[in-house]
Amino acid sequence: MRRDIFQAIADPTRRDIILLIGHNSLNLNAIAETFPVSRQAISNHIKILTECGIIVISQQGRERYCFIQPQKLEEVSDWIADFRKIWEERFDRLDNLLEEMKTNSNTINNE
Amino acid sequence: MKNNTTITAEPGKQEYFITREFNSSQSTVFEAFTNADLLKKWFMPQSLNMEIDYLKSESEGSYRHHHSHPNGMKFGFYGVFHEVTFPERIIKTSEFEGLPTKGLPSLEITTFEEIAPNKTKVVIHTICSSVQFRDAMIGAGMKEALETSHNQLDELLKNQ
Repeated sequence: MRRDIFQAIADPTRRDIILLIGHNSLNLNAIAETFPVSRQAISNHIKILTECGIIVISQQGRERYCFIQPQKLEEVSDWIADFRKIWEERFDRLDNLLEEMKTNSNTINNE
Repeated sequence: MKNNTTITAEPGKQEYFITREFNSSQSTVFEAFTNADLLKKWFMPQSLNMEIDYLKSESEGSYRHHHSHPNGMKFGFYGVFHEVTFPERIIKTSEFEGLPTKGLPSLEITTFEEIAPNKTKVVIHTICSSVQFRDAMIGAGMKEALETSHNQLDELLKNQ
């Protein structure tokens, strides 16, 4: 199944996991202990986050540690910027049109 | 000076709000949203060549417009008007034509409020069929959380 960054951030627990690991790379046990949900649920979230490419798991001795991939998060903030830009430009065009409409109605009124 | 465009999308919700003020009367701004000839002039960049197939801006009316990108990509939007009340409110559905999946319309409630003479505040409230789809549409939903996360990451990377 194809996964993307938006699936990673769609769930509140996953957002919390991202924040937690963003702050401090942790092993899987430590992550599971932080949340009041089952270990299985956390494993599943970690699996999805890994598939989305937002975290990588690295074996260090006997422990598996989760690391965040910051460039993946930037993909999302870039898209927010794009969405904002689309609307700003759209409304700038509307501003121009509204100015034209004012000028035209003044012309008509003066005739 | 340009007026600010505010986009609000709280984490874990199916909705988002776009808010903007315009230096015109409520009825003029409303007309620009509902008249096909006027809508064509601002809704999409010229390069996307907006064609309005039909636009019946009235309660129980419907609309469809399509676009072609210079790179050959074609896409469109269509929906129905649940309510069009001059000059204060438009409620419509909107579905993007060109997605592999059908059945993902959003509901848009647009309100026009004249907050002063020739000063109209427009709020577009969009409600999507799922949080995931909302997030996919705008890539938002956790803007602040991400910014916090980025700051934390910056700190983390600095210390390494």
